[in-house]
Amino acid sequence: MLLNAANTGGFFYLVPFVVLFPVIGLLINMFVGGRLGEKAIGAIACLGSGLAFGVAVLLGLALVGKPDGLVVPYLDWITIGTLQLQWAFRVDTLSVTMMLVVGGVGTLIHIYAVGYMHDDVRHNGDPGRFRRFFVYFNLFIAAMMILVSASNYMMLFIGWEGVGLCSYLLIGFWYEKGKDGIGNALAGKKAFIANRIGDLGFLIAAFLMFKYFQPLAPNGVFSFDFDSVASLAKQVPPSGILAITLFLLLGVTGKSAQLPLYVWLPDAMAGPTPVSALIHAATMVTAGVYLVARSHAIYSLVPMAQNTVAIVGGVTALFAGTIALAQFDIKKVLAYSTISQLGFMVAAVGMGAFTAGMFHLVMHAFFKALLFLSAGSVIQGIERGEHHVEQDPNLRKRMKHEMHFDAQDMRNMGGLRTKMKVTFWVYLVGALALSGIIPLAGFWSKDEILTEASALNPAVYWLLLLAAFLTALYMGRQILMVFFGESRSEPVAHATESPAIMTVPLVILAGLSVVGGFINFPSVNTFTHWLANTFSAVAEGTAGGEAAPAGFNFVIATVSTILAVGGLLLAWYLYMNRVHEMRRLPQNQRADDPLRPILGPVFTLLENKYWVDEFYGYIVVKPYEWLSGFLADKVDWNFWHDFFHDTILVGGFNGATRLLSGPIDLGFIDGISNFLADGFKELAGQMRKIQSGFVRNYALSILIGVICIIGYLIIRLG
Amino acid sequence: MVSVNYYLALSVILFIIGALGVLIRRNAIIIFMSIELMLNAANLAFVAFARYWQAMSGQIFVFFIMTVAAAEVAIGLALIVTIFHTKSSIDVDQISTLKG
Amino acid sequence: MTLQLLLFLILAVIAIVAAIGMLVSRSAVYAALFLILDLLTIAVFFVLLNAPFIAVAQVSVYTGAIMVLFLFVIMLLGAERAAGEVRTITWQLPLAIVLGVVLLAEAVFIIVQQRNALPAVATQLPVDFGSPAQVGTSLFSNYLLPFEITSVLLLVGIVGAIVLTKSEKK
Repeated sequence: MLLNAANTGGFFYLVPFVVLFPVIGLLINMFVGGRLGEKAIGAIACLGSGLAFGVAVLLGLALVGKPDGLVVPYLDWITIGTLQLQWAFRVDTLSVTMMLVVGGVGTLIHIYAVGYMHDDVRHNGDPGRFRRFFVYFNLFIAAMMILVSASNYMMLFIGWEGVGLCSYLLIGFWYEKGKDGIGNALAGKKAFIANRIGDLGFLIAAFLMFKYFQPLAPNGVFSFDFDSVASLAKQVPPSGILAITLFLLLGVTGKSAQLPLYVWLPDAMAGPTPVSALIHAATMVTAGVYLVARSHAIYSLVPMAQNTVAIVGGVTALFAGTIALAQFDIKKVLAYSTISQLGFMVAAVGMGAFTAGMFHLVMHAFFKALLFLSAGSVIQGIERGEHHVEQDPNLRKRMKHEMHFDAQDMRNMGGLRTKMKVTFWVYLVGALALSGIIPLAGFWSKDEILTEASALNPAVYWLLLLAAFLTALYMGRQILMVFFGESRSEPVAHATESPAIMTVPLVILAGLSVVGGFINFPSVNTFTHWLANTFSAVAEGTAGGEAAPAGFNFVIATVSTILAVGGLLLAWYLYMNRVHEMRRLPQNQRADDPLRPILGPVFTLLENKYWVDEFYGYIVVKPYEWLSGFLADKVDWNFWHDFFHDTILVGGFNGATRLLSGPIDLGFIDGISNFLADGFKELAGQMRKIQSGFVRNYALSILIGVICIIGYLIIRLG
Repeated sequence: MVSVNYYLALSVILFIIGALGVLIRRNAIIIFMSIELMLNAANLAFVAFARYWQAMSGQIFVFFIMTVAAAEVAIGLALIVTIFHTKSSIDVDQISTLKG
Repeated sequence: MTLQLLLFLILAVIAIVAAIGMLVSRSAVYAALFLILDLLTIAVFFVLLNAPFIAVAQVSVYTGAIMVLFLFVIMLLGAERAAGEVRTITWQLPLAIVLGVVLLAEAVFIIVQQRNALPAVATQLPVDFGSPAQVGTSLFSNYLLPFEITSVLLLVGIVGAIVLTKSEKK
């Protein structure tokens, strides 16, 4: 019955609710959350996200019956002459895929986050944080839903900016913590600024789009709609399309953390782990990939842009992979791994293998979210152990005296396999999936990308292959350092497993990581056909659609599997066997990582991330700070404030006032009044003499008056 | 029958002489007497016109003037006596404390 | 020149001379006596103008009472001689004379110019014109209110005179 209802397409009109449910959730939490308990706030937030997922499921069911989808207009936003922007939701297979990922993974992470934040509040105090977190989290879901359900570029941009904002808010969530008490806030700021540079690219692309597309639009009214862009793209001169696509690429490098704007993602690990999982692994960072997939109509027209995108993706994948090898923070490894995997996705959609890219996006969402959440579980387990150690004076003595115990440093970990069993098993599943071990999810998607790459762009193929090897190597390294061997510090030795509210979502995600790959099993290709509805519908009338998917290539699959297994074995050799040898050396000669003596200075280079941040600081940040300092001090303060304002305006005004009050008011006006007064005094002094005091004079004046009156009468009447 | 103009001329002359007396003399009592002369000049004019117009009201008015003159003299002289007690002189030029 | 006119001129000369005499006499008593002469002359004029009652009132009230009062005060104050010769206002005398002349000129001018303005009237008078009966009738009928007020005025005068000259009780 439900399918019948779905078949009529009525469910399509539910699409505004993917946005509205999270919004309602956040509004409730914002306004009445202060009076609710933790459980209630968490429940409302999870419902907000969960109901959105439910609506996405319904939309998916509806699409099964009517694969073409629908554009559901909601309201008119801006209508000015040649520009008409609408809030319209687009239900098609691509957007619903994203909605399902965002809603599904998002809801699981919400549930996890209830447990995580509960522990965080208990350890760090400040209960108000709980509510703030879930308000921001729901806001993120809402913004991401707007992004993926948009039917035009401007609405997409609204979501784009919205997720950027939420990223900033959530990275700096513990705003009083971090290096020097301000580190987290600075990380948030860095994320926002790097994203902003990307957004600038997006905006310039949008302006160029308007310039080129608007004259071609019907009635000269352009609405940035995806369909109209796709249908008009062929009539635009190729140079214009090239410019648009390259500027969009700039936006993609910002949002999806590719070269050169990736620098914010590692710093973003300062935020709570659920944030890293949701935003910086599963959803927000994939927005760039989604954008390129959505703009396939225009990218297909300019092979040069496609090539650029693919190269950027490939180089980033390899670059980030090398850095991940030398990081010691558990989350930083995962961050660089994310950048690397995003490189895979970007390369895929750049080459034109849109389905492969989206496939990897969905798979990556599963196991990267799983890995981050598990890492969060590990960290909290260690913090619980730390708490336990601090309560017990005996244990405290045994703990090495360190200035600050870093619960995230892998060098302190080890042997957690026995202490946190569930976390270990799910983490293992995630790591194997990421490395691309058959039959887990990552194998199928990565393999598809490699297959396409070998056919379309061999250079990128080699880059990605090398990156895949490194992926296996650093994930193996991580597993072995964290879970195997002996505990290298007291708190780790007393770590405990996380509560069920956190481990259950982990298990669910692990399950998805195992079976997820089968949605696009080669030669069945369910997912390809599902997405083809979107990509080829465009291809029919217009710009080039997607190339036909290549079949399963046995050679490539074998090569990639060998490399993956080889990477894991190498990690085993280094971190299980060589570590034992290293232990025999005395303490001060012992390196902290077996790779360090092997790679020598290269290791230091990788550990310091190629000093890219410092380079940027020197080239960009310092001149900019100098310029702003100059403008603030010299121009604004010295010139405008001191000179112009104080000297000219205030001084001039004071001078004018002094002039008016002094010579003019006191001198001139007072002079006039004084002159009059003195004159009158003189006059009165003279007139006083009439009062001589003599009666006879008075009588005389009377007589004079009489004479005058009589004289007057004579003259008048005479 | 003497024309009323002659009486008027005489009245005017007597009045002017009285006025001069007020202005020139410094003795308070003489000034007072000059005022009486002026009043009488006016009385003369009134009676002349009463005769001319054959109206009794002129004479009645003279009656009243006389009455008022009597009262005025009484008070005026009382005043002069009082001033004399203070100043020991009836020279009006010495009563000049209201000088401005 | 009728007898009346001649009589009038003689009396007028006497009046004017007496007035000038009062003006210039150095002694206050002489001035008072000149004024008495003047008043009597005017009384005669009143008789000529058919105002016998007023004439008698002039003699008895004005001359008999008021002038006597003057003489009493002169005696009381010993103000026979004119006070000090120091002239305080030297310009008063010439100016007064000039003004007197101007006023005289004005008055003469009016009288001469208007001498024919008054219409001629009957010279015959009623028999008892100006008699006491007439005066009394008019006074107590038409002018009763002013009469009564005048009596109050006289009362005020009496009281005032006494108050003014009353010496402070030590």
